[in-house]
Amino acid sequence: MVQVMLSGPLKAAAGGRAEVEVEAATIHQLLSRLEKDHPKLKPLIERGVAVAIDGQIYRDDWLRPIPPGSEVVLLPRMAGG
Amino acid sequence: MPLDANLDPRTHEFKVVGTRPLRPDGVDKVTGRAKFGADANAPGMLVGKILRSPHPHARVRSINTAKAAKLPGVKAIVTRDDFPASVDPSLRDVLYNVMAREKALYDGHAVAAVAATSAAVARKALKLIQVDYEILPHVTDVDAAMKPGAPILHKDMITENVEPAPKKASNIAGRHEFGHGDPEVGFKQANHVVERVFKTEATHQGYIEPHACLASVGTDGTGELWVCTQGHFMVRDTCAALVGMDVSKLRVTASEIGGGFGGKTTVFIEPVALALSRKAGKPVKLVMSREEVFRASGPTSSTSMTVKVGVTNAGRITGGYAELRFQGGAFTGSPVVLGAMSAFACYDLEHVKVVGYDVVTNRPKQAAYRAPGAPMAAFAVESVIDELAKKIGMDPIELRLKNAAKEGTKSSYGPKYNSIGLIDCLEAARKHPHYSAPLGPNQGRGVAAGFWFNFGGQTCVSLNVNIDGTVALVVGTPDIGGSRASMCLMAAEELGIPYDKVRAIVADTSSLGYNDISEGSRVTFSTGLATINAARDAVTKLCARAAKIWGIPADAVVWENGHAKPSGPNAGNFEPLSLEDLAKKAAKTGGPIAGHCEVNADGAGVSFAVHMADAEVDRETGRVQIKRYTVVQDAGKAIHPSYVEGQFQGGAAQGIGWAINEEYIYGKDGRLQNPGFLDYRIPVASDLPMIDTVIVEVPNPGHPYGVRGVGETSIVPPLAAIANAVSAAAGVRMTQLPMSAPHVLKAMDGAKGGGARR
Repeated sequence: MVQVMLSGPLKAAAGGRAEVEVEAATIHQLLSRLEKDHPKLKPLIERGVAVAIDGQIYRDDWLRPIPPGSEVVLLPRMAGG
Repeated sequence: MPLDANLDPRTHEFKVVGTRPLRPDGVDKVTGRAKFGADANAPGMLVGKILRSPHPHARVRSINTAKAAKLPGVKAIVTRDDFPASVDPSLRDVLYNVMAREKALYDGHAVAAVAATSAAVARKALKLIQVDYEILPHVTDVDAAMKPGAPILHKDMITENVEPAPKKASNIAGRHEFGHGDPEVGFKQANHVVERVFKTEATHQGYIEPHACLASVGTDGTGELWVCTQGHFMVRDTCAALVGMDVSKLRVTASEIGGGFGGKTTVFIEPVALALSRKAGKPVKLVMSREEVFRASGPTSSTSMTVKVGVTNAGRITGGYAELRFQGGAFTGSPVVLGAMSAFACYDLEHVKVVGYDVVTNRPKQAAYRAPGAPMAAFAVESVIDELAKKIGMDPIELRLKNAAKEGTKSSYGPKYNSIGLIDCLEAARKHPHYSAPLGPNQGRGVAAGFWFNFGGQTCVSLNVNIDGTVALVVGTPDIGGSRASMCLMAAEELGIPYDKVRAIVADTSSLGYNDISEGSRVTFSTGLATINAARDAVTKLCARAAKIWGIPADAVVWENGHAKPSGPNAGNFEPLSLEDLAKKAAKTGGPIAGHCEVNADGAGVSFAVHMADAEVDRETGRVQIKRYTVVQDAGKAIHPSYVEGQFQGGAAQGIGWAINEEYIYGKDGRLQNPGFLDYRIPVASDLPMIDTVIVEVPNPGHPYGVRGVGETSIVPPLAAIANAVSAAAGVRMTQLPMSAPHVLKAMDGAKGGGARR
């Protein structure tokens, strides 16, 4: 199981829960399970999110494995200038 | 993930990386040979011009183009009716911004466009287009736009992320909250708590080259576009969707670019030029005037912010809170989320909370501007930190060091940091001679820290070995900061050949796989990573070719100093083959030799900077001069130190303009009062001191050489560093930007009357 911390609007969409638990081995599995478990997250995930694994931010890497015990944070998608 | 775990950038001896050769595009740029957006021409080309709303908020009842169409020389006119009624929701606002639909939402919003045989005819035709407007009440100030009873821009805008959802529409697109702990608990532990309200005005990216493009659509439905942009693949895909073309039928070539800073990461005139060209059956060139750039292309947000921070007498920050209110123009999407995530990112805090409000007003749709959202948030937070340092009598760098984020710190936006360089930057700043230099009369010194995420993204690179052993490097990210030089350095390093044997070009969209925009300080990181990978791919092929020539296994060949060599005595006794030798034999040993890399590069490391500014205030006039300025920033690994320093200096220079001069000024009529460089004053060379730089190198574990992005972090601290310097010099806390002479004089006069002291 992966403990996922939610931040910003994603926390609000999950009913104010700062942390949820899902079964996932990759970022893609993580996002799919979150959409299923928390339907209000779906439009936000479709609009774009980023996933931080042990402090490293991934914006599009669906196939990135999530090592057991790693810190996982779901963030709004970000872009720079 | 490091591509080569054995390479430690701190100890590895680079041969080419880290040197300072001349940039490959330098001669073209100083001799005028370089082709920018407006330099594109085509036979039979028409001139395009855009009619813009003079009203900040008006319903467009009708547009009558009949008289204009009859004018000799007019070949095409387009309005909202020439664009799709609906597009993918992600592009809806982009389309609406490109051409107004039921309402014009700001002064300068496009309502129609003409293509004619000359600029004079096109201008005349614009005057003949009759637009029937129903003028509506408007709002341009962020605080006014949030108040009940404010004119509403979008009747369907219900604030997101609020439970229960509001029943009425407002100008607040969304509420965004970040943080952990409970700041109120933290404030109770503090000996001193400071709370202040700050305001910043909108500023423009101020690129010297206005938006420009040449569109040519043939009768077969295929098109070409030459354009000044930070991302021509984005332009291709967006334009294809907005004008209804297959992506494969549109080929986009990026020109040289006279500055972007985030402002050229979207489309404005390009879909209009394509629609005009398609209708006219001829090429159409469209170039914005400077006035159009100001009125209709993206500035950054104006803001209103409340910040509250508590500290103990021993210098421990016990809690931080901020409410950020950013207006992003007429459409949702101000950079308040990034501002909220970065506001307290420099600090290791147990209790921190930031609430951001994304607000719409009757102003042009904001576009990204270098570390979008972060400079304003840092201005507010770092000003309060400075004030607290003074309250407890602690050196401001010491206070920051006591609370600095480090490896393992839980960031204010969520994740724990891995290897970061804030403490290294703070210590380098404290040791710098600038920090202990004496100040003159009416002068003050300010310091501030800043943070930015940095990003990666989709990247595709090809590296072709030429017949003479030189190398053609093909990249797809427009060069906005000397990146071609950095790419050549990295390719040369991997191949073991001199820098001047590699030549990089930015390929068009039909010549290379997709590349994301040159944004988010990503190019040296991600295109660099792809270049290194492509070079390593080529080296593998070169070694394989040598192995075939020698008749030994490929894994018995190594690449050293630009030569294929047998890996040891057991592999055989062969004379090493240079890249040039192998290139000459390529045709007869298997054909062309090339390396490729396609990657979605993630793992860009976050970065920090610390700035120091000395400001002098004229007590008679309020005029501020920056007398000395130093930038200290973590670059991870500086590939071309001169261009890293240039990015540091450029960010500081733009920050100085933002802090003391630049502002969008709107009249009561909702019209922009200063759409030109005479009245909107960016800094010129004589306004700036020599900006000193210190490159700190704490390697990013996500890049083979340790590279971190450098383009954006440098604009995060200047607003606060200068505000802290001016506050010290003026004897009053400056809470509003710009700190132009009238504003500073007013603040000093107010302080005499018992106003806010520093």
